Amino acid sequence: MPAAVSSTARASLVTRPDGATLVLEGDWHLGEEPAGSAEALAGLDAVPAGAVVVLDAQAVGGWDSALIAYLMQVVDRAQGRAVQVDRRALPAGIGKLLDLALAVPEKRDARRADVTPPFLERVGRTAQQLAGEIGGLIGFLGEVTLALGRFVTGRARFRRSDLGVALEQVGIDALGVVAIINFLVGLILAFVGAAQLEQFGAAIFVANLVGIAMVRDMAAIMTGIVMAGRSGAAFAASLGTMQSNQEIDALRTTGVSPIDYLVLPRIVALVLMMPLLTLFADAVGVLGGAFVATAMLDLSWTRYFQQTWEAVSLGHLLGGLFKGTVYGALIAVAGCWRGMLSGRTAAAVGLATTSAVVTSILLIIGAAGLFAVVFYVLGL
Amino acid sequence: MSSDSDPLAVRDLTMGFGSYVLARELTFEVRRGEVFVIMGGSGSGKSTLLRHFLGLQEPLAGDIQYYGESFTTAAETDRTRMLRRCGTLFQSGALWSSMTLAENVAVPLEEFTDLRPREIREIVELKLALVGLRGFEDYYPSEISGGMQKRAGLARAMALDPDILFFDEPSAGLDPVSSTLLDRLILELRDSLGATIVVVTHELDSIFAIGTDSIFLDAESRTMIARGNPRELRDHAEHPTVRRFLNRGHDPEEEVA
Repeated sequence: MPAAVSSTARASLVTRPDGATLVLEGDWHLGEEPAGSAEALAGLDAVPAGAVVVLDAQAVGGWDSALIAYLMQVVDRAQGRAVQVDRRALPAGIGKLLDLALAVPEKRDARRADVTPPFLERVGRTAQQLAGEIGGLIGFLGEVTLALGRFVTGRARFRRSDLGVALEQVGIDALGVVAIINFLVGLILAFVGAAQLEQFGAAIFVANLVGIAMVRDMAAIMTGIVMAGRSGAAFAASLGTMQSNQEIDALRTTGVSPIDYLVLPRIVALVLMMPLLTLFADAVGVLGGAFVATAMLDLSWTRYFQQTWEAVSLGHLLGGLFKGTVYGALIAVAGCWRGMLSGRTAAAVGLATTSAVVTSILLIIGAAGLFAVVFYVLGL
Repeated sequence: MSSDSDPLAVRDLTMGFGSYVLARELTFEVRRGEVFVIMGGSGSGKSTLLRHFLGLQEPLAGDIQYYGESFTTAAETDRTRMLRRCGTLFQSGALWSSMTLAENVAVPLEEFTDLRPREIREIVELKLALVGLRGFEDYYPSEISGGMQKRAGLARAMALDPDILFFDEPSAGLDPVSSTLLDRLILELRDSLGATIVVVTHELDSIFAIGTDSIFLDAESRTMIARGNPRELRDHAEHPTVRRFLNRGHDPEEEVA
């Protein structure tokens, strides 16, 4: 705390048997501590109830909100003890501002009581909220399933051009970032593997490590996480903005199902594109591994690719593509669900976007764990 | 008073969320050809009432009827059929941002009619011309001003030649000239299309310029406290809150006294 700037402002309370006079002098400005102000305020407690305190500010020079705020404290303190305050002697400007501030009596129940509810209550409320959300998600999934049924039978109402735009946005536009991430993951896997396998003279098995890891799991997971951040967030943000702009209300009142019109093209686009992106990611990841192997381990490109070809089975490939497709469906549903649920304010759209990404990444990792167990049990 | 042919009737409607009641015991009917104003201060439930008319929110109790047929108890497909006769201009226009103005106006036509693309295009051009947006067919909503977005929203609301047109705060965010023009447009549409107009607003200029009948929703008593022609209510409303509202905070009776 910097020391209070020296100030000419002074407050003093002159008490008489039948009341008191609060004398204010000097220049009152914010950031300066007026001499005697705290003492004068405390002195009010000694004034007997029913008495009158006269406010005298004739000797005040310059002033700003500091003076009004102080006078508000004085009035509050006095009224709390049933002491009358005589404001008639205040200069006009000060008196008017004070009248304005006191014109509407404080609304008693307007102030928020800042009490934290007990632990058990919070647990209960959170559980209730969670149960409600899960119920909402199940309802949403039901609507989407019905819409998919209409889509398959060609009865869904949506614009073909919307599907085209969505396919481009989640497909072609995502190629760059998917390539970079998966190339680097292939590279990293190869580095880690090379350092260990070289000790046993089994450097060529880097190709097996990178190939199987990428094709079976990593390509799908990494692409899923990239798409969650890219498309899941975009879905939630665009649907949330439409919600706040009443575009979704307008669709409903026009008799058009927002699920068919807005959600369906997005989900279909991502589910169609994810296996293709995963396949692309497989190739780029293997390429990243090959890059390290040829540069660090003196393996030839042909030898590396031949080894990869022998190591990776069709089962690995199809399993990876299946996983990628499921992740795509999870991302699209989570993104659209959060977006449709969004409130109407800018902050709500931001929240919807955040929770879309968090929800999809959690779902992807959860599904990946489940797949690991199921594929192991089935011996795939 | 009421007859089965009233375009819109509200019976003992209670609106709210869960246990919180926003307004109760609303009963009124909107007669054919009226410009019916729903007015009231902020937070009195004007826009929420409109959301009830459109089926975007369900009442806690009571009934809403279109042409004598209950909307509240109707099945989804019947509701869609009833709403087909209504057009709505939302507060911000609510144009679909990924479509051009022409595509926006075309959606209701594509959904509900069997017209060929060329015919749809002709009707779209006519509707946009009616609201003064000729030549803006291929603009996107983000490329035009707020006033133009509202007018385009009106063109979309009129696409199916509705019998009832709802307006949510038509003059909100418009400059005085645009909002006067919009008021004039509303009156012309009523006269030429023979539509019934329901307007939610608190703009006094608009209320007096176009309103022929009205209700006043009060946040304090949580119900409607006045009904009638707004110009008559201005001077003769029983409730002082209504007189003060319609006289910009002054009460003529208090000043006489």
